[in-house]
Amino acid sequence: MLIRIGGKQDDSGARVKISAAAYPAPFKSGLEYSCAARGTWNIVHTGFLLPQSHEIFICAMGCLRGVVLTAAEMGFSHRFSTIEIKENDVYEGTMEDMITSGVSQILDTLDYTPRAVLVYTSCIHHFVGCDIQLCFDILRKRYPHIDFADCYMDPIMRKSGLNPDQTMRRQLYSLIKPAEKNAKKLNIIGSDLKIDTACELFDIAKESGAAISQIQDFDTYDGYQSMGQAFANIYIDLSAKAAAEALENRLGQKAVCLPQSFGYDEISTALNTLRGLLGLSEKSYEEKRKMCDEAIENVRQTLGGAPVEIDYTATPRPLSLARLLLTHGINVTRLYCDSFSAAEKSDLEFLQKNFPDIDVYATVQVKMRELDRCRSCKTLAIGQKAAYFASSPYFVNIVQGGGMYGYSGILKLCGMITQAWEHEKDTKNLIQIKGMGCNCHGVC
Amino acid sequence: MAYAEQIAKSLSTYAADSSGVCSALFELGGMVVMHDASGCNSTYSTHDEPRWYDFDSYIFISGLTENEAIMGDDEKLISDVTDAAKQLSPSFIAVTGTPIPMMTGTDFAAVAKEIESRTGLPTFGFDTNGMNTYVSGVEMAYASLAERFTKYMRPREKTKEPSVNILGATPLDFSGEDCYTQIHSMRKMLGENGITVQSVWAMGDTLQNIMNSSSAWANLVVSYGGLKAAKIMQREYGIPYVVGRPIKGLNEAIVAALHKSFKDDENRIAYEKNTHADKKILLIGEGVTSESLACVLGADAVIPTEFDSELLRNGTLARGEESLRNIAQNYDVLIADPLYQPIVQSCTKFIPLPHEGFSGRMFSAQAPDLVTEIPFKI
Repeated sequence: MLIRIGGKQDDSGARVKISAAAYPAPFKSGLEYSCAARGTWNIVHTGFLLPQSHEIFICAMGCLRGVVLTAAEMGFSHRFSTIEIKENDVYEGTMEDMITSGVSQILDTLDYTPRAVLVYTSCIHHFVGCDIQLCFDILRKRYPHIDFADCYMDPIMRKSGLNPDQTMRRQLYSLIKPAEKNAKKLNIIGSDLKIDTACELFDIAKESGAAISQIQDFDTYDGYQSMGQAFANIYIDLSAKAAAEALENRLGQKAVCLPQSFGYDEISTALNTLRGLLGLSEKSYEEKRKMCDEAIENVRQTLGGAPVEIDYTATPRPLSLARLLLTHGINVTRLYCDSFSAAEKSDLEFLQKNFPDIDVYATVQVKMRELDRCRSCKTLAIGQKAAYFASSPYFVNIVQGGGMYGYSGILKLCGMITQAWEHEKDTKNLIQIKGMGCNCHGVC
Repeated sequence: MAYAEQIAKSLSTYAADSSGVCSALFELGGMVVMHDASGCNSTYSTHDEPRWYDFDSYIFISGLTENEAIMGDDEKLISDVTDAAKQLSPSFIAVTGTPIPMMTGTDFAAVAKEIESRTGLPTFGFDTNGMNTYVSGVEMAYASLAERFTKYMRPREKTKEPSVNILGATPLDFSGEDCYTQIHSMRKMLGENGITVQSVWAMGDTLQNIMNSSSAWANLVVSYGGLKAAKIMQREYGIPYVVGRPIKGLNEAIVAALHKSFKDDENRIAYEKNTHADKKILLIGEGVTSESLACVLGADAVIPTEFDSELLRNGTLARGEESLRNIAQNYDVLIADPLYQPIVQSCTKFIPLPHEGFSGRMFSAQAPDLVTEIPFKI
């Protein structure tokens, strides 16, 4: 029996100094390890953001296992069905019939009639050349009172164009119907976690007399459809780019990228982009910057030089966050990133030049399985994977940016860091919960 | 209805064969690689493997891509496995299949042979495809261990005192707040009856002990996943086997069957047909567990996982939500994993019996130690 008794020290291949880290892939690809942090969302969680919908997954048993138990752990089994592909289905050329017959049998016997159905096909369907469009044409004709969204659980395609996460975000909004546009309505789309309404985006909207909607605001399908009235869609998470562009093409809603960032200039640029869009004059946000400086200084004093480790699941901009903290005197020692996004390239170059000794660790490299997780001193972790790899009970428990944005997001994060530093958490139990913050309409 | 067995309106699904292989080999110091794009490893480590957080074990995925699958690039898999083995020095290597490698016809035996020649480590290739339950994966893994590793130690003399190997133990069937509780209880129960445990395949034990399995007097098959290994060891070493899961009320029968087999080297099934219950009781679950418990309770059993019809005494084989619902409606009491609740009619009493192989980690802390107690009354 293998029991963790101390951990290994040899991290070659799993660690690189940031000064030597190649962009965008700092590590050699190979076998992949999956660490025990589970807080990030998957396509089941994201799909359940659609109110009054039902999810149907069509795949092999092994692929269904993870998604069916995701739904069960959410208490959403009643909104979730499966059709299991067997070996003979693959070879008999009946996949289209299986989809249409199977989905029909489920819908005909459900205890309720969903307003929308998300049908997830899988890698197998791509490989057998299944005519998925034909299936949806038949289903839409057969059930005209139900809207069907074609969704995909096809991780084998993750390096072939849009990955499953990006596709899911696009398809989640694919059922919004055309509606008369309202110049005072905007949406924020593509964020699994609801963006904090206390952030500057909402202040700007309010100042201009506009309103911002998010899918998490609605508990009815009709409410979701009202998102069609917005004249523009803001996306913060870059994995929602395809979703925003699809809506722009299909509904004429302007796609507006206001990316998550921890850089003051980048934040101000984004906020002023929105101000311009709503006919407001630019602002310098000097006061907000000062507030952030003061808050980070308080954090610095609280931490007293203690090491800080950050992982990529905490925020889509881990390098931007590291840059902010390092330039304010906080001792960021390790980053956990398997790759660097395009949005982070300038932050990477800054860190390489100014903080070349920061260690970048892979999270999936095989040695991470047994690497020493003991630290010689109290260590702050930002993110669940960092908490796991540092074995630290002092961690900021957020995923995917935690819904924070802008200067208000920085201020909130500073508060969370202080809280995390002063109060131990039950790391083992907390980080193993799937889909952190997935409180879709207050149910899950 | 077409596809009826494959449709689940709201039921869960069993852990798949590739997870069964991983679970069976988890503690033995090997490296198991699921040849998969993504998802198998997180599913296994989240829902099928309660030991994942605390114990280091080399279970990885290959990260198969569309291009590699279409181009038949097995070299990427072979070289990545070889590279990882050089970094980690595992005791052995196993490579398992998933749906896409099945479709592209990956030759896992050849892949294993190539990896073995490059690393010098014993390597297994398993033709799992993610379309069978964990039971078949456990069966494959233990059968391979029996075929290969026990031979390193032959010929072996029997231990002086009566001894058994427990075959088929994984957390997918033996869970609890501490997943080793039932393993300890089985050891204790057997020890109290004069029987030493030579090895447990494979929880709380070592590869070295398993390699010494041929010195045991008999094998005790506690889940269907252990049966094929038992048959191999009977063929190779003449070790008889007894099928039955230690459960309060059946322990005496298991011990008696073992003692008989020690003497006559005959195989036995410890559970029998029992129709003496006052109420109509139905169990749903893994074969050996369900048959054993059915014998104790006087119940019928429905077995949705792989099982051998020769081992049926109280049960039938059936799959699919609709079939199970139709069968269950004829019973006064249904005993099954909590996630079977949706098929229960209002007139049927439901007694939840957590089964990690079906509901994963959701109720594992409430799984009882059946060796020492049956914690419900009909």
